[in-house]
Amino acid sequence: MQWETVIGLEVHLQLATKSKIFSGASTAFGAEPNTQACAIDLAMPGTLPVPNEQAFRDAIMFGLAIDADIAHTSMFERKNYFYPDLPKAYQTTQLEKPIVGRGHVEIELADGSKKSIRIHHAHLEEDAGKSLHEDFHGMSGIDLNRAGTPLIEIVSEPDLRSAEEAVAFARKLHSIVTSLGICDGNMSQGSMRFDVNISVRPAGSDTFGTRTETKNLNSFKFMEDAIALEVERQIDLIEDGGKVIQETRLYNGDTKKARSMRSKEEANDYRYFPCPDLLPIVFDDDYIEQIRQTLPELPDARRDRFMEQYGLSHYDANIISGDANVARYFETAADSDAKLAANWIMGELSARLNADDMAIQDSPVSAEQLAGMIARLKDGTISSKMAKEVFDAMWDGEGDADSIIEARGLKQVSDSGAIEAMVDDVIANSPQQVENYRTADEAKRPKMLGYFVGQIMKASKGQANPQQVNEVLLKKLNELL
Amino acid sequence: MHNKTLADIIVGLNNGDFSSVEVTQHFLGRIKAMDGQYNSFVTVTEDAALAKAAAADQLRASGNSTVLCGVPIAHKDIFCTNGVRTSCGSKMLDNFVPPYDATVVDNFSRAGAIVLGKTNMDEFAMGSSNETSYYGPVKNPWDTNCVPGGSSGGSAAAVAARLTPAATATDTGGSIRQPAALCGITGLKPTYGRVSRWGMIAFASSLDQGGPMARTAEDCALMLNTMANFDPKDSTSIDRPVPDYTAELQNSLQGLKIGVPKEYFSEGLNSGTEQAVRDALAEYEKLGAQLVEISLPHSHLAVPAYYVIAPAEASANLSRFDGVRYGYRCEDPKDLRDLYMRTRGEGFGDEVKRRILVGAYCLSAGYYDAYYRKAQQVRRLIKQDFVDAFKEVDVIMGPTSPSPAFAFGAKGNDPVAMYLEDIYTIATNLAGLPGMSVPCGLVDNKPVGLQIIGDYFDEDLMLNVAHQFQQATDWHQRTPEGLE
Amino acid sequence: MTIERADIEKLAELARIELNEATITETTRSIADVLALVDQLQAADTDGVEPMAHPTDAVQRLRPDEVTETNQREAFQAIAPATEEGLYLVPKVIE
Repeated sequence: MQWETVIGLEVHLQLATKSKIFSGASTAFGAEPNTQACAIDLAMPGTLPVPNEQAFRDAIMFGLAIDADIAHTSMFERKNYFYPDLPKAYQTTQLEKPIVGRGHVEIELADGSKKSIRIHHAHLEEDAGKSLHEDFHGMSGIDLNRAGTPLIEIVSEPDLRSAEEAVAFARKLHSIVTSLGICDGNMSQGSMRFDVNISVRPAGSDTFGTRTETKNLNSFKFMEDAIALEVERQIDLIEDGGKVIQETRLYNGDTKKARSMRSKEEANDYRYFPCPDLLPIVFDDDYIEQIRQTLPELPDARRDRFMEQYGLSHYDANIISGDANVARYFETAADSDAKLAANWIMGELSARLNADDMAIQDSPVSAEQLAGMIARLKDGTISSKMAKEVFDAMWDGEGDADSIIEARGLKQVSDSGAIEAMVDDVIANSPQQVENYRTADEAKRPKMLGYFVGQIMKASKGQANPQQVNEVLLKKLNELL
Repeated sequence: MHNKTLADIIVGLNNGDFSSVEVTQHFLGRIKAMDGQYNSFVTVTEDAALAKAAAADQLRASGNSTVLCGVPIAHKDIFCTNGVRTSCGSKMLDNFVPPYDATVVDNFSRAGAIVLGKTNMDEFAMGSSNETSYYGPVKNPWDTNCVPGGSSGGSAAAVAARLTPAATATDTGGSIRQPAALCGITGLKPTYGRVSRWGMIAFASSLDQGGPMARTAEDCALMLNTMANFDPKDSTSIDRPVPDYTAELQNSLQGLKIGVPKEYFSEGLNSGTEQAVRDALAEYEKLGAQLVEISLPHSHLAVPAYYVIAPAEASANLSRFDGVRYGYRCEDPKDLRDLYMRTRGEGFGDEVKRRILVGAYCLSAGYYDAYYRKAQQVRRLIKQDFVDAFKEVDVIMGPTSPSPAFAFGAKGNDPVAMYLEDIYTIATNLAGLPGMSVPCGLVDNKPVGLQIIGDYFDEDLMLNVAHQFQQATDWHQRTPEGLE
Repeated sequence: MTIERADIEKLAELARIELNEATITETTRSIADVLALVDQLQAADTDGVEPMAHPTDAVQRLRPDEVTETNQREAFQAIAPATEEGLYLVPKVIE
């Protein structure tokens, strides 16, 4: 039996506004518990919400970036349920008239194929607080700093057909929102959370199977793994004669296991109704157009520009332009040489950031520093081998490329006189090897250069400019033929 | 002293006839001596009042007087007062001391007023008799076997018993007007959005409005001058200049067109009440007004619509009372569910619980369309009735309540009978219009109120209309028999 | 619309209000009375009428994105039933 996977995504983005969606409390990350929860956020009696204009501007920007309809009139509803991290015991959200309507996002897969994923809608809502379960003598502790942070919830149609598509879609969204600057995209801090709705059906069927929801995935890797796990579970279940029940599941990235959270049957009756404390929000064409005029560069346009302006390959441009933070970093680092910058970013920098679970914004090596090092690489001051050492030293905080090169004496020897002298030396000191070279088959000669190069590198403590050594060596040896 | 109006007190203070400390002590003394009979105050803020009165006298002496400098008032215990318990008539908030002021409270504070205390009310403003308060019922100064009306029963009784010259109150379905009528005083519910709801504990957000209660229209005008403003903290606050509500009081009523809805004179209206109201209307004709019979055809749907919308909004507004961040918390909750169930089961009274459950029902899956959505459609029809009427007339008048004050327990276990007390007042809240009640007669020595409904933001006209009536009659000056 | 005890119990659960055995019958009856009152709405002809959630025609004013609130944790937690290390305490939350 051939199975088809059907996936829909719900994405929660924390907007990077300074203040909350309905109050003037700060949204800064990392504050002491409940120091950024004002009377409104604490749902004190008599308090009232007033919406943050920037949250709407951010939502409209997003809508324009995905080619969606922007609602000229939208409104807020109350979604009622009890949970200690929800102070009013209702979440103010949008249901009937969300700010952003139908749109679409283009994704590109590894094999180069493209697909358009439909967005059902995107709406604004407020985030809840946090529960901490470390024991307070059998109690949980509630921190409401996060309560009231503006969120955009993006709901896709179930157009995704594989984990790869889902991750590509998630990455594309990440790219769009970081490019727009509406979300910092820091997934480990919870700035972007994904809920995945998964169902399976026999290939060729046009009815949907029962779906489950896996909530709060905050990494692309977890998403990929969680999807694979759930698809397998569902297929096994059905093939064993069982039925998939509609439920919410939680995936644990450390244990790589998932469990059922609660049956969606016992789901709350949320009793949505229009929030009477908030009036309809109206935007005219001029307002929306003015936002359109000031939209920053979007990922696809940036990718094309990188290919054109910096000569990057389609593949490289895709990677570099994908994350807005990486793209920004790249454009500064590319000052000396774009291709080298791209290689270093995709290679060494990426590896180090991943190993230490860091975002590029937190990189100890700044874009300027990387540009500085690449400049020295390009002008021949250091060799590639030296560059690695310089990079490591910068990562460890030893300073800029120039100061490290100076301090460690890493300047490569490129002086032609010195190189000539070294080559002459080694030729003089290795008569047997020179003789072997002279008498060898032409085809075998290139391999024999290695010995001489090795000797020169040893003598120069690795600082001789390898290209020049090769050039001069070849010239002088060939003179002896 | 206690028979002086707010206006009189202001003049007296300005003339140096007496000091603020004297005035304040006088009213505090009366409260101490007499409120045991009425139970109109939940909290009396004696020390703070005297301190502010002394400060007010100083300010006045140094020439830095403010508009209500040194004038005592009381606040309904629904307005948050910084550092002073704000109970909302409920066990749930018996220990709640807010660290912030309602905008209305702040307005009075900056105007220099003295706060005598917080007045009793039906729990969470749900009631028409002030029998549901955690702090016990309020007694009507006209007949202490009778209710004062509700939910602002405390403010009404305190003003009627001359324990305070004026008080703030709130009205969601008639909670200013009906107790004003039953206690023989003047009360006004402004246009929705005229007075800020910031810090005014919410019952039904799209219906609640704060307003003044006093013995005269002029006093209500003075109070409204301070209560009304545009407040950016309240999204439903309307940005519109506040006129001086005392400026138009003297205008002649010649040519005024008064709409008299035929639906407001139907069965269920006490005959004594009807007579008093008709006499008042005749008085208006003498003042030069013209009576026009009008129809508000959807009137009979007002109470049903209200008892969907108000409980629905309340069910959500009261969900925050869960024992986690403030207020009552049950003892030794064994788990989260227990915390919620018992805190709310023990903290709320029966009427509040009933309305929360009705509200939850009307919003629940499968019933939303038939109840909530339907009620909001009917609401629009009710509003349209008024919009059409105001094309023909300047104000609308009728009885405020179907009968004078009834005895405690008279509505017994029949919530619907209680709800029908508000049959004439509820529609104005649904439409967001301003409404007033002025004393217009006595039936069995119990007051009757005349309701005046105005068009949006026509409070100045309404106060003018009320004031002229009060110049020509003396119902508003009558005192309860045997009042000290 | 007849409402029964089981319906009331479900609503009480939804609204997190414990009703005691002694009063539940009374509560069921009184709520049934209220719903009978409210059922009068069904007779109204509301075809094509837009529901009215707000009595005013005004539209929402938006607020500039500025931090205007300071840390008042101490004042707010002084009136809280149970706190520790700046957190509000509740019986353990099981996810």
